[in-house]
This record gives sequence, structure tokens and C-alpha cells, in this order.
Amino acid sequence: MTRTTRTAATRTPPVRTSPVRWLRRNAVVVAGTLALCYLMLPNVVVLVFSFNQPKGRFNYTWNHFSTDAWQHPCGVADMCGSLGLSLRIAVYSTIGATLLGTLTAFALARYRFRGRGATNMLIFLPMAMPEVVMGASLGTLFLNMRIRFGFWTILIAHVMFCLSFVVVAVKARLASMDPRLEEAAQDLYATPLQTFWRITLPLAAPGIAAGALLSFALSFDDYIITSFNAGSAVTFPMFVWGSAQRGTPVQVNVIGTAMFVLAVLLVVAGQFAGGRRRSARRTV
Amino acid sequence: MNPARRRLTPYLLLLAGVAWLLVFFVAPMVYQASTSVQTGSLDKGFRVTWHFATYWDALREYWPHFVRSLLYAGIATAACLAIGYPLAYMIAFRAGRWRNVVMVLVVAPFFTSFLIRTLAWETILADQGPVVRFLDAVHVLDVTSWLHVTQGHRVLATPLAVVCGLTYNFLPFMILPLYTSLERVDARLHEAAGDLYATALTTFRTVTFPLSLPGVVAGTLLTFIPASGDYINAELLGSTNQKMIGNVIQAQFLRVLDYPTAAALSFILMAAILAIVTVYIRRSGTEELV
Repeated sequence: MTRTTRTAATRTPPVRTSPVRWLRRNAVVVAGTLALCYLMLPNVVVLVFSFNQPKGRFNYTWNHFSTDAWQHPCGVADMCGSLGLSLRIAVYSTIGATLLGTLTAFALARYRFRGRGATNMLIFLPMAMPEVVMGASLGTLFLNMRIRFGFWTILIAHVMFCLSFVVVAVKARLASMDPRLEEAAQDLYATPLQTFWRITLPLAAPGIAAGALLSFALSFDDYIITSFNAGSAVTFPMFVWGSAQRGTPVQVNVIGTAMFVLAVLLVVAGQFAGGRRRSARRTV
Repeated sequence: MNPARRRLTPYLLLLAGVAWLLVFFVAPMVYQASTSVQTGSLDKGFRVTWHFATYWDALREYWPHFVRSLLYAGIATAACLAIGYPLAYMIAFRAGRWRNVVMVLVVAPFFTSFLIRTLAWETILADQGPVVRFLDAVHVLDVTSWLHVTQGHRVLATPLAVVCGLTYNFLPFMILPLYTSLERVDARLHEAAGDLYATALTTFRTVTFPLSLPGVVAGTLLTFIPASGDYINAELLGSTNQKMIGNVIQAQFLRVLDYPTAAALSFILMAAILAIVTVYIRRSGTEELV
């Protein structure tokens, strides 16, 4: 009996004057917004402190406003060099992982073959392994093979851990594709190669793009695995780590903010392009 | 295409990717297992002597670090679920036309350096900073000190700071799978539950939450695994008393140069995580996840 009356009460239109009731109805939105604030807070701090002119070496307390760091982003020794190395490694490992990952995803999504389950497991394992374990074991191998640590060892490691993420992204996209489109192309006398280039690849492209974007972000941001395989090479995250001990330069915040803004713009542009394409298709 | 060639195609496609993983992921794992039972020194070289005592010594000396890692990662995962679920729910059902904007904001931290954001927490939680002073003024720090998660009037260099950093850093890994599975829940099911006189809470408990379970399982795994091996948060936000197993492995490998111990430790960590993950997946009954 009490139960029915309670439901009846919640079903009446909300009364504006009761903040308690409003809070009850929108508790999820309030909690979600708070969570979003928690997620955004460090980015805001990074942004604000990129305009700081710290008193000592440590950029932890606000001193006064300055655009110095923004005007001289490369004013710190070695920082832009490490940034360049990180970007180079990120680009190459993205290309490598996307290429290998896409081929693997096609095999897994399109064919039934012996060893398919084992391959799926092999793809899953690197994602279920803490980075320290992967980094330390690969480092041990390189060490014992007497391979010189540096650019190439970092690149090999990055392709290794990005690969699985590309496979997952592309496989998901291929699984949701309509196989009848390819059959239709074949019915219209397209050769297998034509079908692949004109139908399959364009349809799989968003999955491949998502995988590539993820690879780039993972590679560019990786510290743990890199630290085991870098030798004396210094990537941008390693530069930040090193500088954290003796005081991070303000320029690090500039780079952090610039990356954040670029990423948001990129995703927004992607969304916009996707939206345009969808609405265009609808009008056809 | 003739049948023989068609049978061969998947293997040709797989060749490069699988070879890469076999050489640079599986082989190192096997090699590491062998390293962990080697003895020797850096200048004389290491040889396999089946010296299993390395495992016992490593466990005896570093078991607090293992316990601490799993504990911190567990708490951080629970916190991520508690914080991430409302946000994922909001994006899936209540965000309306703001959905894409919120999604971008959730994903964007991926593109700002992990380290820079963790360093930002040093600024936020700095002693005498506004956050710490506020928490101190409303006596929250008294309660947390009493619980032994903070010490005195500071948050930095305490377990609270490390868990807070872990929670923050792995939150997107929780939100994304949660959102993916919540998005698939048909909103009409909510209406149906409401028509059958279920309260909002009952609807959530009996309809929405069970349907989002695959996302919960995937999200907790994606958070727990990297968090248990992480050492960046413990290094930057904690003190020597909050060192996790990742810190030990890194130090043994890069500073002490005791490779057998580092290998044994990472092997134990790997085995512990695989065991936990297997039991967890079995118990939650979502084996199709893999």
C-alpha cells in the first residue's frame, strides 16, 4: 500500500519549490557533473599554471601572470628535442601498429581458421598485463641479446603494446559491418581487389582511424614501458619525469595545454565531419 | 579464389602481427621466467641455476608492496566505479545534446600527458593549498588521519593522495566501457519498469544495473590491471611508505640491476593478476568478454 502511494507521488509533475525533490530527480546529473569536474580539475590547473611565473624552481604555487612560457615554448634545454623524439616515435609506431593490427583484425573478423581462439588470446594478453611486467621483460630480452637501447627499441616496444588496441578497434568495426554490401559489389562484377578498395576499406576506415588515434595517444604518453627500453634516449614523458625531481619548467604546462586543446579540436572536428556526412547521406 | 589459397589467406594476414607479438611479447615473458631462476652478477654474467629461492626471498622481502599494490588498486577501482557510473549513466541517458561534448571531455585527458596531470595533483593537494586548508577546516583530515590514510595536516605523501591519483588517472578506462554497455540499454525498458510500478531505485537495481554488468566487468578490469602495476602515482604523490610493487620492480631493474629479482617480482605480479582476472571473469559469468 505504501509502495503504490510513493510511486504515485513521484509520478506527479515536479514541484519547482522543493529543492529536495529536484535533487532526488537529478541526483545522477549532479553526481555525474561532479565526476566531470574531478576529471577536468588537473587540466584546468595545468592551463592556469602555464601562465604562471614561478618564484623558485618549482611551479606549484601561484606567483604572477606571465605569457613568457607561451612565447618561448622551447626556452628550456632539451625539452623540444625530447618532444620531437616522442612525436617521431608516436608517428612511426602508429603507422606500424595500425598496419599490422588492421591485417590481424581482418583475419580474425573475416575467416574461421585453426588457431583463431589462440590468436584472440594472444591479442588480449598484452592488454591484461601491467606495463611494468611488459616493459621489464622486453628490457631483459634486449639486454641479453646485447641490443643497443635507443630509438629502435622504444619503437619496437610501442608497436607491441599498441597493436592489440588497433586490433580491437578495427575488429569491432568489421563485426558491425553489413556483409551484404560486399556481396552486392561482387554481384555487380567488382573484382575482389576493387571490392576491397571501394567498399570494405572505406567502411572500415572509422575503426582504423580510431585505432590509429588510440595508438598515437598511447605511444606519445607512455612512460613506464619506455623507461625500461630507452637507454639514454629521452622521450617527452621521460623529460617530464626527470624534471619533476628538480622542478618542472612552466613550458611543460604549455605543451600539456596545447596537446589538450589540439585533441579537443581534433575530436570536435571529427564529430563535425561525421555529423555532416551522416546528414548528407540522409538527404540523398 | 581457389580453396587452397583461401585457406591460406587468414594466416598470411596474421603473419606480421602475430610474429611481432610472439617475438616481442611472448618470447620476453618466457625469457623472463628463465631469468628469474638465474644467478650471477652483472660482470660475470647470469646463468640458469634453477635458483627458486629468488622467489621466496623476493616474496619475503616485498610482500607488503604486493599487498599494498592490490589494496590500493582495489580501492581505486571501487572509487572509479562509484565516480564513473553516475557520469556514464548521465552521458547515456540524461546528457541529451551535450552528449558528444561530455564524451570529448572524458576522452580528452588521454591526450594530455599522464605525468603532467599527475604533477597537477601535486599542485592541487599541496600543503597550505586551498584544497588541503578547506579539508582541514571542516575536519575531514582529522577523520582521515584517524583512519591512517593521511597524516597530520597534509594530504601529499599519504595513501589518500596515491589512491586519489590512481582513481583519477584510470577513471576514463572505467567510464568508456560503462558508457558502451549503458548506451545499449533500451530506454523503453525503463518506461516498462515504471509502468509496472517499479520505483526509480528498483528499476535501476533490477533492470539497468544487471544489463550494464558487462561494462562493469570490463571497466573494473581495465582499471584494476594497470593500477596494480602503476608506480608513477606512488612515486610522485606518495612517500617511501606508499611504494607499490611497480616501484620495486623498476628500482631493481634500473638502479639495483638485480635482474633475477626484478624478473621474479614481475612474474609473481603477472601470475597474481591473471589468477584474480580469471576468477573474477568466471564469477561474474561474462566469459565472452575475452
